[in-house]
Amino acid sequence: MSNPLADMDKPDVIFCIGTNMTETHPVAATRLKQAQAKGAILIVADPRHIPLARRADIHLPLRVGSDVALLGAMAHVIAERGLMDESFIAERTEGWDSVREHLKSFTPEWAEGITGVPAALIEQAAVLYAQADRGAIYYTLGITEHISGVDNVQSLSNLALMTGNLGREGTGINPMRGQNNIQGAGDCGALPGNYPGFQPVTDPAMQAKFEEAWGTKVDLEPGMTKVRALEHAGEKIFAMLICGENTLISDPDYDHCERALGRLDHLVVVDIFKTETAELADVVLPASAWAETDGVFTNTERRPQRVRAAVPAQGQARPDWWILAEISKRLGSDQFEYNSAAEVFNELCSLSPLYAGLDWDRIDAGRYQWPVPEADHPGTPMLHVGEFPRGKGLFKTPAYRDPAEVVNEDYPVWLTTGRRLEHYHTRTMSGRSTGTEYLLNEETLEVHPADVQAWGLEHGGMARMSSPRGSVLVRVASDDTSPPGTVFCSFSFSEVPINKLTGSGYDPITDTAELKVCPVRVEPVSG
Amino acid sequence: MSLDLTLDGQVVPFQEGETLYEVASRHGDKIPTLCYDKRLDPLGACRLCVVEVEGANGPLASCTTPARAGMAVRTVTEDLERHRKTLVDLVLSENPKGAEIDPLRGLASQELAQLSVRYGSDGTRFAGATSGHSRFDDPNPMILRDYDNCISCYRCVRVCAEQEGDYAISITGRGFGTQISAEFDVDLEDSDCTFCGQCIQTCPTGALGDLRALQHADLPEPITATRSICPYCGVGCSLDLLTKGETLVGVQPAMDGPANEGALCIKGQFAWEWVQHPDRLTEPLVRKDGELVPATWEEALDRAAAGFAQAGAEHGRRSVYAVASGRAPHESAYSVQKFIRVNFGTNQIDNCSRA
Ligand code: SF4
Ligand code: SF4
Ligand code: FES
Repeated sequence: MSNPLADMDKPDVIFCIGTNMTETHPVAATRLKQAQAKGAILIVADPRHIPLARRADIHLPLRVGSDVALLGAMAHVIAERGLMDESFIAERTEGWDSVREHLKSFTPEWAEGITGVPAALIEQAAVLYAQADRGAIYYTLGITEHISGVDNVQSLSNLALMTGNLGREGTGINPMRGQNNIQGAGDCGALPGNYPGFQPVTDPAMQAKFEEAWGTKVDLEPGMTKVRALEHAGEKIFAMLICGENTLISDPDYDHCERALGRLDHLVVVDIFKTETAELADVVLPASAWAETDGVFTNTERRPQRVRAAVPAQGQARPDWWILAEISKRLGSDQFEYNSAAEVFNELCSLSPLYAGLDWDRIDAGRYQWPVPEADHPGTPMLHVGEFPRGKGLFKTPAYRDPAEVVNEDYPVWLTTGRRLEHYHTRTMSGRSTGTEYLLNEETLEVHPADVQAWGLEHGGMARMSSPRGSVLVRVASDDTSPPGTVFCSFSFSEVPINKLTGSGYDPITDTAELKVCPVRVEPVSG
Repeated sequence: MSLDLTLDGQVVPFQEGETLYEVASRHGDKIPTLCYDKRLDPLGACRLCVVEVEGANGPLASCTTPARAGMAVRTVTEDLERHRKTLVDLVLSENPKGAEIDPLRGLASQELAQLSVRYGSDGTRFAGATSGHSRFDDPNPMILRDYDNCISCYRCVRVCAEQEGDYAISITGRGFGTQISAEFDVDLEDSDCTFCGQCIQTCPTGALGDLRALQHADLPEPITATRSICPYCGVGCSLDLLTKGETLVGVQPAMDGPANEGALCIKGQFAWEWVQHPDRLTEPLVRKDGELVPATWEEALDRAAAGFAQAGAEHGRRSVYAVASGRAPHESAYSVQKFIRVNFGTNQIDNCSRA
């Protein structure tokens, strides 16, 4: 997030897109509700009539995967009506002229044809956002899990740049991270192109820095993304270590994924439960869990915070860092002589400019937001104040593209996937907790009542849902949250492995899977 | 311009907009409260927080009285304490069990019990009618609705409305007929309730309680609290892990959590039982004759390392890949990327953010 969570009750216009925040980030959503209670206007763009949309002043029910068209049209309206922040554009950005030209064709009428959102509604939303004193954008995976994920983010960035809604309280572009420490995993350098602190592996100076720290010269060539690694399993990739991820259920295209893992010579899984993925492994190593391990999570507002062990690990489970160190020692390395999580974290701080001013003790109360470049630095709750990392904010010119697959005669329905309030990911945790399991213990397919009738389905009855990659059986729930022609399902239940269907395409730059869009066919099943 | 007032004979500064209670509690004062939660708009219902202000006719509720420059305020006098004792006696008579509530019920559940000690009240002074009837028939396994203990402070209703914006519960009836209920008196699961547990945690009498924690009420060990962070989404809510001996018995929100300031959602509040679930992996496993079978750490680690070494030797160092977790702490992700970079000199590492 560019702005802190504490800012979320300060905007006067809130624009949420691709985020089912009341279910996926409930505590953050409470702040938006408080902002609303103080009079803020809420604009929600989402294909479904989600709880946040029901609270919104304006709901833009765009067709799944049409975000670039919607956002481009909003920018078009702002430009045509001259509602830009001219001085912000002049002082802090570059590329305005080309984006202005580029936006000419993004008329609201054109966008209506693609998104299904009435042109007048698009105009209204654009004007409200542009005229806000403090306009803030919030988004989640509904923006990134598309083949156009990068284009979507750039489109949002254009909106914020042209209206000067950055670098001030109650503004910003704020992605809400889905997993507790996904921000941290990136911060730590678990990326094919970056060392810890997002330092590029292609930079020879970085190569030298880490060679000095670790005694190994690491390739200048970036690694593969996970998606590519799975694709090349058995050809280029022969051994894999998977830590704390139920790849088989959470990743797109289940069957492809299962075959890929099956082609490996050697699969090691480190996890807290014997997941579906662990069942395929050659070696399964039991990790100590949350509440058993000392460590650090960094939240969505870039705040490293300490987690602490309160109970002993179950059985012989051990911390991940210990496990990786023991394997490394057996491979002959002397670089893993750690006695505690604190030592590992402090090594990270010594190598990451973002964490340079932090250490284990300093983050005790979770008071800092990175970057914290030196020891007496107060941290950086807000990014982009006065300057962007590259200097000027750069406008981009993303073009609209259809999703990788679009509805057709054989697969006439849009499936979109996501999470539900009660459960998390593949339910390894929430499915083993009484309360959450009591409220929701079976996945259902959310189908609009009109479609339930038209397709010969029954509320509570079973349906077969198929894509070109596979099919699943799922119970039907008649619910007008999804619009006619679009159905919704979460990926939390292994009984309904929805990712047998997904996997139509990937963003060409990030390799992020298009999990939010998948054309399917839905048919009744008797019995 | 600096503003100040006199508090029990001492001159103290304050800021425009603060209430007398806020000023006094910042100076370590012990004004008793029951209907006060610093996150909520003050209600001024219980009258326990009354103070004497020079020139005012009669005591004023400090939680609703704005501080003004030059005020002379007394927070503890014989009169005030007598008045407070009467109020506590009255409240306790409505709420006979108020003095012995299991602290596992909720974060604020001891507030009334502590007042009963401070004022030596046992609830016998005004025996009589009580308001609220318990809803033990509500089948949800998370929120205990023991309204026999309710003192109508409305903190639960206010936290649900003001903090959560959910308006799932409201007040019906008045006087001794007052009852906290969901719309149409339905069970919570059929209402707008999201089971965030905030009502439980603000209730000062334990009339609302955490049923997941209370299943461990009989464990003899004392309760220990350990500060940690919720393991679910990226908001990163601070919470306290409650343990008795080696058993995790519950979670309570941290009022000073930088990201959540006391809030939690259903997952952070109630979805922790998996930690000590019998399904947990408790020993290393290795595949032998096609089956995963238990092994010692020595054997499993040797096997893990040998497989990586062999792949590297046969197919080159780029053939070894690792996926780090977005769920595990930094020390895990850092170690996984270092494992690849140091042992194989490649960048064949990713995390699970792309799916
Ligand atoms: S249930 Fe608890 S919080 Fe709610 S009104 Fe009664 S005593 Fe107050
Ligand atoms: S309590 Fe809820 S909102 Fe807070 S971090 Fe956990 S899952 Fe996220
Ligand atoms: S705390 Fe002030 S009236 Fe209840």
